[in-house]
Amino acid sequence: MRLLPRELETLWTLFTAPVVWALHFLVCYLTVAIHCAKVDPGASLAAIRFMLAVATVLALATIVLSATLAWRQWGFGTQEPPHEEPTREDRRLFQGFATLLLSALSFVSVLFVALPLAAIERCAS
Amino acid sequence: MILTLPLIISCQGEQSTLNTAGSEAEDIAHLIVVTAAAGAIVWVCVVGLMLFAAARRGEPMAEQSAGLVIAWGGVVLPASLLFILLAYVLFSMPATRPWFEKSRADVEIEITGEQYWWRVRYLDERGNVLFENANEIRLPAGRKVRLLLRAHDVIHSFWLPSLAGKMDMIPGRTNILWLEPERVGIYRGPCTEFCGTSHTRMSMQALVLEPQAFASWVEEVSSARKSPADARAHGQEAFLQHGCGACHAIDGTAARGRLGPNLTRLFERDRIGAGASANDPSGRMAFVRNAGAIKPGALMPAFPEINESDLRAISDYLGAAR
Ligand code: HEC
Ligand SMILES: [Cu+2]
Repeated sequence: MRLLPRELETLWTLFTAPVVWALHFLVCYLTVAIHCAKVDPGASLAAIRFMLAVATVLALATIVLSATLAWRQWGFGTQEPPHEEPTREDRRLFQGFATLLLSALSFVSVLFVALPLAAIERCAS
Repeated sequence: MILTLPLIISCQGEQSTLNTAGSEAEDIAHLIVVTAAAGAIVWVCVVGLMLFAAARRGEPMAEQSAGLVIAWGGVVLPASLLFILLAYVLFSMPATRPWFEKSRADVEIEITGEQYWWRVRYLDERGNVLFENANEIRLPAGRKVRLLLRAHDVIHSFWLPSLAGKMDMIPGRTNILWLEPERVGIYRGPCTEFCGTSHTRMSMQALVLEPQAFASWVEEVSSARKSPADARAHGQEAFLQHGCGACHAIDGTAARGRLGPNLTRLFERDRIGAGASANDPSGRMAFVRNAGAIKPGALMPAFPEINESDLRAISDYLGAAR
């Protein structure tokens, strides 16, 4: 049994990276909001920041994984877009390419979402 | 020349983000300059590329180099520029929106947005009200000021552009705004969240004083009230007789109303009605006669029944120092 399937023919893999981005966004904002509002207003965020930094690394790793699979699906960059023929092959390549672009977007977005962690030290009450 | 006009005219005056008089406002002004400059550079690059493309007159580029231009100019460059700008903005946040321990405050003032005026209460170290004023705040230069921003009815927004950033006043919440005025002067702050028909006639004045002058002002206001001079006793009588005291307080008298602005120190306000009218006899008389004609929707009734001499006496009474 392989850890990663050789071929994954489903539309869902297209959304992996944006979904990770959305989840990472929710985890970051909800954790800090709930912590500051309910647990300890005015508290230092050191522990939370560390936790969310780990979450960020995990999110980025997942996105890189999704990008790698997409890169493979796209034929390792050997094929030229646009993949617009009504063939099974072109559908596969198109999806790989689109997934790769979405992964790149999500990667940058996760970084942008995580950036405030570097600047914000504590809850302001 | 024409292009620079908006810059020149907005750089002056008592209500300008670019004419700074406080440390927070200064950092915000830096932020504006840096982001505007970055935007200008991007604009020049984009227009430059456009001209470059036009100059080629449809000569095709090699596919390889076109791809590189798109990848670097269209993806890497904008993403990293945005990343740098975002980082700059985030790291300037402690300066543009400072937050300290409560105990660091030299002065604490609670300001409540009301339709369509500002209730201003100066607090002592334990948070008790020292005295109340309205539509004007006085601040000591070079001191840390902690403002507690509240709203009585609807959302208002507090903004003294020359001193600090903007913050909403939300019913049921207390928002904290720290600021540190640096330059003595008079600054203006409009309400910046639509709050009803007279929203545009709701502004306040901030007077930044030397710390010494501020301290003696506080001392003067919070020390025992003198009763008005005899010549104005008639004005006070008329004020009470016409029921003004139901809504307005004048410290040291029987007028203890809480609904409207405290009028004890009306005499030192530059304007009345939160900036709506001049603070002179005709302005005061017109306002008392029919506040709604000057501020539509104002929560003060008209007084058509007061005779002219009583009205004048009330106006003189309110306009006189005490
Ligand atoms: C029903 C309550 C009510 C009564 C009664 C009332 N007022 Fe007012 N008054 C207000 C309110 C509310 C405001 C704030 C209006 C605004 O600026 O939107 C106000 C504002 C004023 C102001 C301007 C204050 C400032 O800080 O600039 C003056 C002066 C004034 N009233 C005088 C009077 C006099 C004199 C009387 C009696 C003849 C009177 N008021 C009766 C509610 C009342
Ligand atoms: Cu308002």
